[in-house]
Amino acid sequence: MGEYSVLIGGKAGEGINTAGLSIAGLFSRLGYRTYMYFDYPSLIRGGHNFAIIRASERTIGAHRTPVDVLLAFDQNSIENHRERVHDGTTVIYDASQAVKAEGYGLPLDTILEEEKAPPITGNSAMLGALARVAGIGREVLEDVLRTTVPEKHLEANLRVAGRGYDAAGEVFTVEPLDAPALPVLTGNEAAGLGLVHGGLDSYVAYPMTPSSNLLHFLARHAEDLSIKVIHPENEIGVIQMALGLAYAGEKTAVGTSGGGFCLMTEGLSLAGMSEIPVTIVMGQRPGPSTGMPTYTAQGDLHFVLNAGQGEFPRLVVAPGDLEEAYAWSATALMLSWRYQVPAIVLTDKALAEGACSFDVGAVAPPPDHEPVLWDGAGEYRRYARTESGVSPLAFPGREGAVVKVNSYAHDETGFTTETVKGVTALQEKRFRKGESLKAELSTYPAVKTYGARDAGTTIVCWGSEKWACIEAAEEFGARVVQPLVLAPFPARQWKEAMIGAGRVVCVENNATGQLALLLRQQGFDPGHPVLKYDGRPFAVDELEARLGEVFA
Amino acid sequence: MNPEQSAGRTAGGLISPVQNTWCPGCGNFSIEHMMKSAIAELSEEEGIPLENFVLLGGIGCHGKLVDYLNVNSFYGIHGRSVPAATGMRLANPDLKVICHVGDGDIYAEGLDHLIFAAKRNSDITVIVHDNRVYGLTTGQYTPTSPTGFKGRSTPGGSTEHPVNPLEMMLAAGATHIARGYTKKVRHLKDLFKEAIVHRGFSFVDVLQICATYFNLTDYYNAHAYEMQEDEVDTAEFASALGKIREWDYDRDAPIPLGTFYSVERPVYEEKFRALTAGKPDRRALVRKVLEEWR
Repeated sequence: MGEYSVLIGGKAGEGINTAGLSIAGLFSRLGYRTYMYFDYPSLIRGGHNFAIIRASERTIGAHRTPVDVLLAFDQNSIENHRERVHDGTTVIYDASQAVKAEGYGLPLDTILEEEKAPPITGNSAMLGALARVAGIGREVLEDVLRTTVPEKHLEANLRVAGRGYDAAGEVFTVEPLDAPALPVLTGNEAAGLGLVHGGLDSYVAYPMTPSSNLLHFLARHAEDLSIKVIHPENEIGVIQMALGLAYAGEKTAVGTSGGGFCLMTEGLSLAGMSEIPVTIVMGQRPGPSTGMPTYTAQGDLHFVLNAGQGEFPRLVVAPGDLEEAYAWSATALMLSWRYQVPAIVLTDKALAEGACSFDVGAVAPPPDHEPVLWDGAGEYRRYARTESGVSPLAFPGREGAVVKVNSYAHDETGFTTETVKGVTALQEKRFRKGESLKAELSTYPAVKTYGARDAGTTIVCWGSEKWACIEAAEEFGARVVQPLVLAPFPARQWKEAMIGAGRVVCVENNATGQLALLLRQQGFDPGHPVLKYDGRPFAVDELEARLGEVFA
Repeated sequence: MNPEQSAGRTAGGLISPVQNTWCPGCGNFSIEHMMKSAIAELSEEEGIPLENFVLLGGIGCHGKLVDYLNVNSFYGIHGRSVPAATGMRLANPDLKVICHVGDGDIYAEGLDHLIFAAKRNSDITVIVHDNRVYGLTTGQYTPTSPTGFKGRSTPGGSTEHPVNPLEMMLAAGATHIARGYTKKVRHLKDLFKEAIVHRGFSFVDVLQICATYFNLTDYYNAHAYEMQEDEVDTAEFASALGKIREWDYDRDAPIPLGTFYSVERPVYEEKFRALTAGKPDRRALVRKVLEEWR
């Protein structure tokens, strides 16, 4: 078969996310590529959390509805997922929760009592039973636990995992592959490492799902990565602190979601006017307002394209998987500094908190860019007019330079001005930067295509829907076209990619077709919309069914 | 010592060519010239290079000050100077970061940032141009306007009581708290120098004359006085609080000027320094994190 899906479900607080990552680790250890979708409501204890872990011989980045193994800590985990269960599905459940199910019932209460182990180790019993069902050797199971469980809890987890292993029987055999065991990262983690690759000195953020985990990850690794990680009073403070750091010479990024980004927009506009670089990781979730905080959407594209008063160039990129999150976060940071424009890395909950095997070796290294620095000759002028529109940078503390940045319209030195000539020249200088950035991006893979050009049908998508579309496209022999850069829009690359596109559909996780609107603004036909706006990403089979209706 | 004599040449060179547009008689002139002299004198006396000073301005008449001085500056937006200042100090510990803010600017629009900077003892200086009225938006009440203030948004008189910003800063954790008055320029300059030299969060509320919308010159001249050394124990919270409460920005009372509170506490930015020391090869660090992934 070469492909497996496992669902683990239970109440919030039972460690479903961590258990899911351990399951991904189990398959990863055998050389499989993994993808995990984590679904949870906005609460701390109770409710129903589940993770679907899919493992395959080839690269994947989306889940499918049916599962081969269902691990249920409670009755909800059985009832809520009946449509995923088929004849070949093995159910493993906690028999002590009076769960009514057919399969392997693990008396978790008894096991934990006998092993004198804390409740959280119940996950290891499930993992053990899964390993046995999947024909994975005990030594692989123990090896995964050794690398994921902290030393002081290891023995208890090994004992409980052994009990789970013994309580189940082998149903199928996951053959080890001749492929490296790749680490399993979330999109947030890949973006964070990408920012550091791009030269990040400081990360500033206020917690907000789905970007909080980026803050947590970088804070936990601040020493390992030699960066400052700061959590100020609110998102207004966040972006201002970032601009202060950057004014004084530190490459800085911030992270947030829609509501926090609302608060950052005056700072974004200040960044545009003052030409102070800042990179914003903007993880989308369904709005309006608080919406569904822990679910996913692609509803903020036009918000980030247009946020902030006034007109100023900006870079907006939308990675579709971990490798792109890494490469384009690095690129966004470097280009933000090279062209002194704000850069936005637009992700969503599905990508930010979803987990995947990450192959850093498969990342095409982004071109390196250093900021343009003042050479020290003559009098320093922060906004000196140049052909490219980019003025050389100096930072406060530099002898011989007075560095004046300004939120008002200003002259070359940085003094406030409202003269006709002065303000016109300033606006034109800013837009020359935008043009220079656009020219630079023409050498980047700003639009990616998958599949044969003569397919006759083309699926257009952006961001985290990339992999569901690639897999679904195979079913229809279709081509996939994905813009990585959304501003400045790579019109020439788009035109080239869409030659011979044939019938076009545009797949998006929103209700209005926001990429479609952007394409129309650019003079392109976005084709037929295939939209989903229930807070969940497309499962591959679900998308196939929707595409089938269109292509029929 | 005449403030214009010491470090006079340096100070003179700090005036920018930008045309000044404050109203005649505006208290901002005193603040500008005393800040200019404070910087020049600190540069000569303490050996702080001029390029290590950064001035931040918010939006309001006060903010124009940063255009008028030839010093590094960040002319930001309404109420938001303070977190930007903390960012600069985080990036470069050698910088002397001074926020010029207005009373509407920082007590209304940006109060959260002010309280948090005090709470975390960020090593920055905040100078409030407290004219107790919005000038640039032409005469509305601010958080420090007295009860009954008839502004253009409150023609019947404001029904709110003013805040006592010094009391608020003491409660928030500020480690250096002072009040000055724009008609006492030498005293004001000394307060500025003391605040800039202070390690930690320093705060100076400057009673500033607004010649056009709220001219309190006669009132301040009659009520304001410079505190003598034995009038307040600046190391004692309770002593500082008592003195700060002598006037509440509302009722008639003597208005003490000077430093109310000054203590040493660990500086917020210092704990971040070790993290980014040296020139680390961050890409090697990224590879290491991935190799040790668990």
